[in-house]
Amino acid sequence: MAAKTLFEKIWDKHVVQTMPDGTRLLYIDRHLVHEVTSPQAFEGLRMAGRPVRRPDLSFATMDHNVPTTSEDRMTIRDPISAAQVEALRKNCKEFGINLYDLQSDHQGIVHIIGPEMGITVPGLTIVCGDSHTSTHGAFGTLAFGIGTSEVEHVLATQTLRQSRPKTFKVEFTGRLGPGVTSKDMILKLIGQIGTAGGTGYVIEYCGEAVRALSMEARMTICNMSIEGGARAGMIAPDDTTFEYISAEDRPFAPKGKDFEKAVEYWRSLPSDPDAAFDRTLTIKADEIAPQVTWGTNPGMVVDVAGRVPAPGEVPGHSVRDVEQALAYMGLTPGTPMTDIKLDTVFIGSCTNARIEDFRKIASIIKGRKKADSVRVIVVPGSQQVRKQAEAEGIDRVFKEAGAEWRHAGCSMCLGMNPDQLKPGERCASTSNRNFEGRQGKGGRTHLVSPEMAAAALIEGHFVDIRNWS
Amino acid sequence: MEPFKSHRGIVATLDRANVDTDQIIPKQFLKSIKRTGFGESLFFDWRYGDDGKPNPDFELNHPQFAGASILVTRNNFGCGSSREHAVWAVAQYGFRAVIAPWQDRNGTRVPGFADIFRNNCVKNGLLTIELAEPEVEEIFQMVDRFKGLQATVDLDEQRVVLHLDEEIAFHFDIDPVVKDHLIRGLDDIALTLEHESDITAFEQRHDTQLHR
Repeated sequence: MAAKTLFEKIWDKHVVQTMPDGTRLLYIDRHLVHEVTSPQAFEGLRMAGRPVRRPDLSFATMDHNVPTTSEDRMTIRDPISAAQVEALRKNCKEFGINLYDLQSDHQGIVHIIGPEMGITVPGLTIVCGDSHTSTHGAFGTLAFGIGTSEVEHVLATQTLRQSRPKTFKVEFTGRLGPGVTSKDMILKLIGQIGTAGGTGYVIEYCGEAVRALSMEARMTICNMSIEGGARAGMIAPDDTTFEYISAEDRPFAPKGKDFEKAVEYWRSLPSDPDAAFDRTLTIKADEIAPQVTWGTNPGMVVDVAGRVPAPGEVPGHSVRDVEQALAYMGLTPGTPMTDIKLDTVFIGSCTNARIEDFRKIASIIKGRKKADSVRVIVVPGSQQVRKQAEAEGIDRVFKEAGAEWRHAGCSMCLGMNPDQLKPGERCASTSNRNFEGRQGKGGRTHLVSPEMAAAALIEGHFVDIRNWS
Repeated sequence: MEPFKSHRGIVATLDRANVDTDQIIPKQFLKSIKRTGFGESLFFDWRYGDDGKPNPDFELNHPQFAGASILVTRNNFGCGSSREHAVWAVAQYGFRAVIAPWQDRNGTRVPGFADIFRNNCVKNGLLTIELAEPEVEEIFQMVDRFKGLQATVDLDEQRVVLHLDEEIAFHFDIDPVVKDHLIRGLDDIALTLEHESDITAFEQRHDTQLHR
């Protein structure tokens, strides 16, 4: 049999049929649903009198609109947000879909709760009306974001019509240096290929540096695949994956004999040694430095020891693009990144708001205070993460440092809830997008790793974590 | 969905690369549970000043672009969030087609449009056209020189024609699946449901692999 990649193995197993036009009807194993991109899809079903084909394979929660303060969380003050959240409740009830509502212990960002509950396991196809669905690829799944029309299509048919994407192998050789994280790996890659560099491809991340990462760190890489233009990013499952899935309190993960059988299958998924990819790229992990974005897309990024670039100095970006970005960001070319002062530090999002992220930050800031000039908002990715952090005393470390300790949601990653930057405010963020206005109109976002955010919140400006104590 | 065959209209330009869906339709408009009403919020933060009045510096507010229905822009249009609201906003503003250049970066072809956005366009009958960079540059220059320039996008013929004294025409390539879909204005779900028995048969042999 011909050698196959991880992607091809999963793709081939899910083709229901080749359509007359050459597209494939692809079966979808898990559909994650949230309040923002689903109401029009449910409305479409209602208008056509169609049921949800497999409500048992659909899982819903509210995350984007949800206020994260204890006072506001249960009674959403913004009537339009409240109506959208209420619509999800109504739709899930009407169509029989499992909803992790605000009072649930499992409420949180869809991409955090999927893996946490064992909904995400290797070999599956997973979709959600959210571009960061690529996160789940860390388990060796084919997972990608879709629009609302496709959400409706999956609800009605449990399938999608897809043209087969191309494959792109990104190998990280060697090991990461101290203070350098998987966030820096993905930002480095995007800086290199650009935000459209992966368009049309599914990326498989591999190599020694990837194998050495925990599941949570792998999720950070796959999460930002879409920031490089790739709808999906994948990592072959291994013992690290199986160990994560076998942890207690993953209600949907297979158990006992089923688990053993599953692992046997999952071990067959990694790309065959001689499988061919449409494109390959190698990056030396040991040469990656902590990354900080300076512009208005994630590809506008430099090493923390670097400087704000000048127009004309940035490969893949026109002079005009860079001028526009610098004007928006209020930055002058030549400024050392470590001289950039911050107003806000946001720790959260589906990229970096898992328990490991919080443990690392807590170990860095323990016993210290935040800089007076910065506001620090810490938003766990799920209520489970919040609970776990509180059990470990991590919430106290944050509070004693002067940070605001919140409830789960997408929060300031996109500011659909009340957590937003003010015009001109500058923020170090562990999230995934530094687009204009993303965190609030006029807000200026710099993407960094959790470790870099921790050091920055203490000093009030960026610091090179590698030579900071 | 309304079938797309050919369309003639005023061409507007937006001289920016990597226009993300957060710019096309900002977050506050995603709270709607309806599928309509997004056109007036298209490019909201660029299009309106803090006082809520149209920002005269923003290209689409220039008088010669009033009533434009063909948008020409730069590479990687529609990147970022999967929000279909972005496509609804572009279409409901009145655009029937968007043109962006593909790029050659070190031998790799970088598409003019982001993946999910392009896909969402197909579902809504909005035509995305990729041309080579020099061709897009030429359209930018012509639009700049001839105020109110009109063009015809002919999907059947796969041509963009600029209506000047001496017409300029560009051929474009398009995925035949997308072309067929747009020309016939197909309803995907109904089509797929014709294969319901195949889906059921697949589920019967596939469920054992779900490991639930």
